[in-house]
Amino acid sequence: MTSPVLQIENVTVSYRQGKRWLDAVRNVSLSIAPGEIYGLVGESGSGKTTLALAVMHYLGENGQLREGSILLHDRQISSLSREEMQEVWRDDLRLIPQNPLASLNPSLRIGEQIAEGLDPSFSKEQAHARVLELLTMVRLADAERIVDSYPHQLSGGQQQRILIAMALSGEPALLVMDEPTTNLDVTTEAAILELVRELIAQSSTSVLYVTHNLGVVAQLCNRVAVLYAGELVEDSPVVDLFQRPLHPYTRALLDSVPRLGEKAEIQLQPIPGRIPELGNLPTACVFEPRCPLAIEICARERPPLENALPGRQVRCHRWQDMLSGNEYPEPEVADSNSVAGLVPNEMVLDVVDLQKSYEVDRNPLQVLLGQPSKKVQAVNGIDLQIRRRETVGLVGESGSGKSTVARCIIGLVERNGGDVSLLDIALPTKLSERDEATLRHLQMVLQSPDEALNPYLSVGEVLRRPLMRLAGATRAEADERVASLLAAVKLSPTYVDRLPDQLSGGEKQRVAIARAFASQPDLLLLDESVSGLDVSVQAAILNLLNELQEENGSAYLFISHDLAVVSYLADTIAVVYLGHLMEMGRTAQVLAPPYHPYTEALLSAVPVLDPTANREPIVLEGDIPSPVDMPSGCPFHTRCHRRPFLPDPDICVHETPPWRVDDEGLRIFCHIPLDQLHQMQHQGMQPVLNSALKPEV
Amino acid sequence: MINQEQMPVPILSAEVVAPRSPRWVVVLRSLYSRPTSAIGTTILFIFLLMALAGPWIAPYSSTEQISGAARQSPSAEHLFGTDHLGRDVFSRVVIGARDIFALAGVGTLLAVLLGTVTGLMGSYAGGWWEEILFRVFDSLLALPALLLALLLLGTVGPSRNSVLIVLVIVYTPIVARVVRSVVLDVKTKGFIESARMQGERTSYILSREILPAVLPALAVEAALRFSYAIFLVASLGFLGVGVQPPSPDWGLMVKEARNYLALTPWALYFPAGAISLLVIGVNLMADGLKRALQTEQ
Repeated sequence: MTSPVLQIENVTVSYRQGKRWLDAVRNVSLSIAPGEIYGLVGESGSGKTTLALAVMHYLGENGQLREGSILLHDRQISSLSREEMQEVWRDDLRLIPQNPLASLNPSLRIGEQIAEGLDPSFSKEQAHARVLELLTMVRLADAERIVDSYPHQLSGGQQQRILIAMALSGEPALLVMDEPTTNLDVTTEAAILELVRELIAQSSTSVLYVTHNLGVVAQLCNRVAVLYAGELVEDSPVVDLFQRPLHPYTRALLDSVPRLGEKAEIQLQPIPGRIPELGNLPTACVFEPRCPLAIEICARERPPLENALPGRQVRCHRWQDMLSGNEYPEPEVADSNSVAGLVPNEMVLDVVDLQKSYEVDRNPLQVLLGQPSKKVQAVNGIDLQIRRRETVGLVGESGSGKSTVARCIIGLVERNGGDVSLLDIALPTKLSERDEATLRHLQMVLQSPDEALNPYLSVGEVLRRPLMRLAGATRAEADERVASLLAAVKLSPTYVDRLPDQLSGGEKQRVAIARAFASQPDLLLLDESVSGLDVSVQAAILNLLNELQEENGSAYLFISHDLAVVSYLADTIAVVYLGHLMEMGRTAQVLAPPYHPYTEALLSAVPVLDPTANREPIVLEGDIPSPVDMPSGCPFHTRCHRRPFLPDPDICVHETPPWRVDDEGLRIFCHIPLDQLHQMQHQGMQPVLNSALKPEV
Repeated sequence: MINQEQMPVPILSAEVVAPRSPRWVVVLRSLYSRPTSAIGTTILFIFLLMALAGPWIAPYSSTEQISGAARQSPSAEHLFGTDHLGRDVFSRVVIGARDIFALAGVGTLLAVLLGTVTGLMGSYAGGWWEEILFRVFDSLLALPALLLALLLLGTVGPSRNSVLIVLVIVYTPIVARVVRSVVLDVKTKGFIESARMQGERTSYILSREILPAVLPALAVEAALRFSYAIFLVASLGFLGVGVQPPSPDWGLMVKEARNYLALTPWALYFPAGAISLLVIGVNLMADGLKRALQTEQ
């Protein structure tokens, strides 16, 4: 067997906090074989980025490798000086960070930046040729144009491809990728993962892939290490890990991720409690306080990292019980809450032909020349009905206009056209023109928990306000009901006096949800309300939303880019693209053929939690077009992979597609008749163009 | 290639939340944790004491001409000496502190109040109101403060009240701009949208949701404005267009003593020193205040 590329031996990394040192990563050992893609997973606070930075030998001023050694090709890099490291970074060790734009120099053209990192002995022509070669390698079409572009002129996906090109230009021994696809849309993410897999297979480079996304790990990695609170709890080949996790934390993580189309079958299992703080770690097993299998020894003795099975390590006293599989509590089967589907409930929200456009500011010259200002059509004729107790999921990539829909409904953004009525009462465009009864019936939870709460107001003050203003409570009644609101979102009454900076992200979002529920709204809009949260926290919030709906009978409009999350919560799914509805139907219908080609691509891009699943994602051509230059005909025609199969592909360019409706109410906005779509998709007929090889334009 | 922003910060917030001290205690403690801001704060407190208790500390009145004691150099009897008219310089400096605080302090306070109100309302409303208000403010800011002050005093005539008006006109636009920069940052935040969705009135949003975020920047700005105001009041006194004799205004004292520099240099040094010391003290404190409020956030 060849010697490993990277060996991490008993590494402890610490940060200085005032006068004391806190161990963010403790006694971690792992090794990466040549050509291996090694996943490092964990939630926020697990120490995964710290470990990656220690591998790069690039810890900040306040960080230090306190124990252990890091060997790259048997060379001790943890003791090298900055000058020696620069050589290592150039030749053997590269990093691809999460935010590509921050890593590219905004004032240099792409060509110059890539050329900078090439062999200095290259002539200008040689360098140019090599740059083009690299851009082609990462499937960037139109390389000549990209060479002359500045970073901000490119999309996030293109920027990340350029970083990959730069990192792989010197065939490094190890590539460290820190959440490289986290900020990208699923379709772009799928394309980048496909590219990485392919390029790594061709090269001798190994990868340390840091991520919180278990689906990505399942799709990409060969081996996985799971970190929890700075400790390596499990290290295993990827297939084994997903089939039979040996550590209860791994199992708990897997149980907290929503899977596509699982609504009403298996309930998500959030992990109780929260990750311990570095200054206050449990002395024995770090996971013991949250572990469903914890027994007396777990609180007394720190478990050793054991070689449980060949190639598998685990740090748990009870891994044998995990292996036999009898002990771990099985997830509950949820009561199927399909009531909304059976009884035709009262209509809560009716949106007809919603329109919203923005005018792009003209520059002074354009004003002088009297050129009309361009319009961005953010929302273009959306119809939406939501009934009591129903959850409608709105899915789409960034830029699809899904948030604008919610903001028009609530009135934060003024719509230009269309009607919105709530409980048969037409709503004025402006928020300030709506009466208190309307406000009471319609509330919204925003995306970012950090911005949702005023940092200067306590939880009690935040919750009291809507109770007194909208629910008409007196001060004394409000104080009483604050406690019951907190209980409803599973927070202790002691939280009343806390300020937002004393709450975790999940707790802040709970308070924001409690505030929205204070007036017992008939309709709650949730705009990416769980997107910023760790999976275990997200699972808890999703279950909470389900429970609150059972109790209050509110209807939800749930907006997310994550189809798996939407499918867990929604009764009905609406897919939007460039401000247009593409498909709408009951969740089970939308998740089964026939699909709209766009839905099909979205579904195929969702990373599933099964490493053995043999799937080929449909990689869409290019990026979502700018809504300033809205494509004619069908808005999706520029990227559609099914269009070439039409007898007359030009029809998609020239004519608006019809709504095709099946017997059960599924509606698809496409020129291809439903039965033909079904046939194509049922036979798994792949487009002739091998999707992964399609360049990104 | 490595992005510094991604440096992880260890999680430290304690599970059990300790009760917080009142905010002013926290700020004061922070001010005294660094030597420079501790010195500045102490200087300010000493002058504040002089302003409050000046007449009781001073051995003589500010206008009393002690017979046969003109032009005496500093001694145990007259700590800072006496001036050409035989007035006790120490008493005049101590009693003059109240004038400075009354003028510069009240002027700053009024400018801060007016600047906060206009800044909050103008920048939250947006649109034409904001444009007009801030263009007018910009045009006021284009002139140097002293020039503007001389112009205004030339038209309304020198008096205490006109100095106050001048301070308000000169400093309101600056305060309003500081307020505006914070409001523009805060007003797009989610919690403001949430308040609007609850149907909160604009007055509530401004006073309860936005004002607390403005306060730290405002406190620092007020301290800085105060130090500039001291200087401006003294300058106007020195130029003879501000407070009129025989009041013990420090700037005026410097002006009067200038003619007798060879005979009674102490009558110039001590009021000039008082001006410098107070301005430096307030500035050091403002620096410390900025640091204290920043770390608090």
